[in-house]
Amino acid sequence: MRAYTERIQEAARRLLTDNLVDVVIGFRKGTVPFMNEPFLAKNLDHVRQLYWDGNCGINLANYLAKRTDRVAIVAKGCDSRNIIVHLLEYQIKREQLYILGAPCHGMIDRRRMLASLDGKDPTHAEEKDGAITVAGQDFQVTLDRQEYLQENCSICIHRNPVIFDELLAEPVPEQQDVDRYPDVRQVEAMSPEQRWEYFENLISTCIRCYACRNACPLCFCPTCFVDESRPQWVGKSIDPTDTRTFHFLRAYHVAGRCTDCGACERACPVGIKMRQFTKKMEKDIKELYGYEAGVLPDQRPPLDTYRPDDQAPFIK
Amino acid sequence: MREVYITKEKFPDVVGKLMNQHRVFGPVFQGQYHEFAELKASDEIDLTYQNTRLSPKGLFHPHSERMFQFSLAKGDPEAGIVKEAPKDYSSRLILGMRPCDAMAFRLDDVNFDTTTIKDPWWTRRRATTAIVGLGCNQPCRSCFCTSVGTGPFDPSGLDALLTDVGDGFILQAITEKGQELLDGISDGGPVPAAATEKATQLRKSAEAQFVTQFDPKALAEKDMLELFNASFWDEVQFSCINCGTCTFLCPTCWCFDIQDEVCEDQGDRIRIWDSCMFPLFTVHGSGHNPRSQKLQRVRQRFMHKLKYYQDKYHDGVACVGCGRCVKYCPVNIDIREVARLMTATCVCPA
Repeated sequence: MRAYTERIQEAARRLLTDNLVDVVIGFRKGTVPFMNEPFLAKNLDHVRQLYWDGNCGINLANYLAKRTDRVAIVAKGCDSRNIIVHLLEYQIKREQLYILGAPCHGMIDRRRMLASLDGKDPTHAEEKDGAITVAGQDFQVTLDRQEYLQENCSICIHRNPVIFDELLAEPVPEQQDVDRYPDVRQVEAMSPEQRWEYFENLISTCIRCYACRNACPLCFCPTCFVDESRPQWVGKSIDPTDTRTFHFLRAYHVAGRCTDCGACERACPVGIKMRQFTKKMEKDIKELYGYEAGVLPDQRPPLDTYRPDDQAPFIK
Repeated sequence: MREVYITKEKFPDVVGKLMNQHRVFGPVFQGQYHEFAELKASDEIDLTYQNTRLSPKGLFHPHSERMFQFSLAKGDPEAGIVKEAPKDYSSRLILGMRPCDAMAFRLDDVNFDTTTIKDPWWTRRRATTAIVGLGCNQPCRSCFCTSVGTGPFDPSGLDALLTDVGDGFILQAITEKGQELLDGISDGGPVPAAATEKATQLRKSAEAQFVTQFDPKALAEKDMLELFNASFWDEVQFSCINCGTCTFLCPTCWCFDIQDEVCEDQGDRIRIWDSCMFPLFTVHGSGHNPRSQKLQRVRQRFMHKLKYYQDKYHDGVACVGCGRCVKYCPVNIDIREVARLMTATCVCPA
């Protein structure tokens, strides 16, 4: 991980010195274990703060939409896919970007990690050779990194950036023969009543803070439908009708665009498994159109194309 | 004020008896984390918890609350008259609240209970609720209560305080309300000298675990406009995604919105939590938004907590150091760091 940090700093220094970019978007080391903070390096002084380890799960593409300057950005596989989605949706221009591709080993699920410590409070954590050593007052444990990856990372099949200007390391081997949808199939097999109950339970703790929406790179609408006040489409309360409307509509709005980066789930302060909504959509898009969001920069997403000669009968 | 010793063996009985007299709330483990909930059984309460994910403010100021109801039915002689929605004000007891969270209610009182304005629901709930705190033997790493004028055993916001001394609890009355509560408990015994000594030790060791994070007084002395115009806000705001995690988890963020919701000819006037992080928070009827930029919103939250509140009430900052925002901010914006930036001696112009 130290090697990535050095490469990021070196590249940032070079790009800023040569005036190839105006800013570099990366991470700086967090103030609490298992967290880093998205950081905008504007000058050589800032560059020293750029940092990388397994706690960079936040999707940095979220910070790109509608920027007008020249930006270098550190991008994991998922971030790079969301950059492609941004390019396809005209949120940023390719010539503005210098993509520092970060072949990814999967990001750490801080929630599972903290839960495994059984209430003990870690003061620091260090990653080395596939293990994470976590230490706090009166304790130290070494855990297998692979066991504590974010769920979306453990089933990820695009760990290497799909678009980049330079790579920060050799590409990592992609995971093979991954079954991405066992949980979705389980939900599909439920009766409508069971399914209703499943999703009601899933969102029952929602506090409507919109961390899921705001952490999502796809949510760049100038005014989100839940923030419209004239007319107000959705109630603001935690009445199940209001909560449900928000989550269902949001899920449909990211259909065919979601890259399963896990930002929503990672951000949720009450631990809602947000991806249960979006994964079904992702599976459908793959089965119906053979499309994976954010993989090919020159292929329009199936849900934003219209062809008068479309073979499907619904269009006529 | 009196104090009693309750063994851990007898504690569930004590809770059970209290449940016959009051609605009793306490920290309950709910799947992934602890939340304050009304106890259905005396053994549901888990006093080994560190802190609840959401602050207990919802017990006094719920996320969504029906304030009034009204009818718009044609021919209804009472159409258009708002009537208060029924609420339960029967006696409540909150058991095991952390001293910081209880202290937060005192800070919130300056908004809901003043000489000129009394929020009826807040004040009635405050009056009919007794709070029994639980001293923090093992503060979290993200806590900083001692830096903001409270502490792991601060009794200020409590009616009574529990201290876990291993085999049992010392229950100390702090207020008259707490004293009445103690008088009703028959399962307690005199506090053994060893328990008192242990409690003193625990308090000292808990307090010793804190390092001072920043000095609120230094903020009071700063020039407001100098802070407002400081260049560091640009750096602080970059990572913020403007979600409501910090404000909704915070025990001292009290802001709310009021809306009317109508279904056919029946309506509700509801009060819901709002957040200064949301662009909609400040949108005027004209469409103009005085805080249209993320920087303005981020700055507002920290300035309100750490500067405006101090300047207005001269009673410290609007933060009790519970550390929830530090722990759960999805992008790791740390109020302790921001306060340090705000207290730095040189605030250079942009």
